[in-house]
Amino acid sequence: MPIRFDNVTYEYPAEESAVVAVRGVSLTIENGSFVCICGENGSGKSTLAKLMNGLLQPTSGTVTVDGRSTATEEESELFAIRQKVGMVFQNPDNQMVASIIEDEIAFGPENLGVPREEIGERISYALDAVGMTEYRHQTPYKLSGGQKQRIAIAAVLAMKPEVLVLDESTAMLDPKGRAEVMKVARELHRQGITIVLITHFMEEATRADRVVVMNEGRVVMDGTPEEIFRDREGIARYDLELPVTDAIAAELAADGFPIQDKIYSESALAEAICRSK
Amino acid sequence: MSIEIKDLSYVYSPGTPYAAAALNGVTLTVNEGDFVAIIGKTGSGKSTFIQHLNALIRLQSGSVKVCDIDLTEKKPDLKKLRGTVGMVMQYPEYQLFDETVAKDVSYGPKNLGLSEGEIKGRVREAIELVGLSYDEVADRSPFELSGGQKRRVAIAGVIAMKPRILVLDEPTAGLDPRGKKEILALVKKLKETSSPTVLIISHDMDAVAENADKVALFSEGKVEAFASPREIFYDDGLLSRTEMDRPAVVKVVKEMEKRGVVLAERPVTRAEFIAAVKRWRNG
Repeated sequence: MPIRFDNVTYEYPAEESAVVAVRGVSLTIENGSFVCICGENGSGKSTLAKLMNGLLQPTSGTVTVDGRSTATEEESELFAIRQKVGMVFQNPDNQMVASIIEDEIAFGPENLGVPREEIGERISYALDAVGMTEYRHQTPYKLSGGQKQRIAIAAVLAMKPEVLVLDESTAMLDPKGRAEVMKVARELHRQGITIVLITHFMEEATRADRVVVMNEGRVVMDGTPEEIFRDREGIARYDLELPVTDAIAAELAADGFPIQDKIYSESALAEAICRSK
Repeated sequence: MSIEIKDLSYVYSPGTPYAAAALNGVTLTVNEGDFVAIIGKTGSGKSTFIQHLNALIRLQSGSVKVCDIDLTEKKPDLKKLRGTVGMVMQYPEYQLFDETVAKDVSYGPKNLGLSEGEIKGRVREAIELVGLSYDEVADRSPFELSGGQKRRVAIAGVIAMKPRILVLDEPTAGLDPRGKKEILALVKKLKETSSPTVLIISHDMDAVAENADKVALFSEGKVEAFASPREIFYDDGLLSRTEMDRPAVVKVVKEMEKRGVVLAERPVTRAEFIAAVKRWRNG
């Protein structure tokens, strides 16, 4: 099991009183799973993500990645953990360091001391995985937001990670860019990479095999998308929303339409409506 | 008429190897009372366009008239312009800077040269209007507030100027579902009370369909279409040419058509869709 949280609390140090962002969370992210983390702004989602690869270390409790605690003073240990658990953040412009895409991707493996020939192979693999091979020798600055995020993902993939954490990586993108990033995430999941997706878009959550809902630093809901979205009381209490198509289906069902729940796509809703007459 | 743009073109870094055309002859007229959504791919010129509306970037060619201020004149009244057009930029909370919420919100009205008393009144009013309690937040640092609260403080700073025209660049980006709903409700309230004309850049086609009267679709630095949400979102050729998404409701209608069911109406909002589907089933 790659990532295990055991009664983890995290407090951000502050002048007057510490801000508790994560409170007593116990959670295991299983190998090969696609986990979506939802919750209001300020619910502790991003802090949870940063605890996964030792960017933050717990105030109390332990986080282990493949059995190794992230609370280590050993730099080589932290390196090994960060190589296993890669992160992509919200703003693509803040994540680029090089002026040529191939150098951007080589940055991580070079720091790991990967031999030159292998770096070349890893660049090819990573760009191919995100569908950006033809941009290898170009500059990242002229890319669209979605393309920049795909390059950021490629830079993580070049480290050969086991887990990819996407911390609101689609929040700043237009619909096309968002679709591009989600497509890449699903493809990587199919290839066996564990995906942790932090998002406010419920449509994205329907693609996961597990949804974890955070509220005030605690895990308050945890289940399959079906289980989560069927719990209408929980959805309301934690200020989430249903996927649009599911919300419309619920409204029609309330009006006597013979429509089942779990309507997560436009085609599923159209199918259900067409069959209702 | 509120805003009249004719043949507006703009090139970034003109005359250098990095020259990049952002606008290629934009013509657009917005009337007082319009709620206009500006949509288009990243890089289609939306943000460059709105920055012309309060002269954040210098006019290169074409004309921009806002109310009675003509930006082609040699010395347009920029102070008056910036009191007329309130601009809420993307992630406006990153631009908060002052020690307290009240000081931050009063920055704009102070620059308008209003009296001390008038400024105080406007600051209180603006903070309350965005749904925060003046007495609770006025003396706090804006940096102590939550993300959604910060964004509302930033918007309060703009509406304290009492602009007739409110321009917002993706005001709901990055917010949670409740934050999104709150900001959209706030924009509607502002339109009814103080800023009758609203222009909003959005990538959220569901929100555009639910809120806007008119949609300006930008593509490659031009206004490719300016029409009602219904006309825009049912124009298949236009949407595929400009690589635009449809609201969820319209996608469902298209999926139903594939299955041989054609509704009598062309719904774009959820309420319209549900009504149309019920009529179809009962008919």
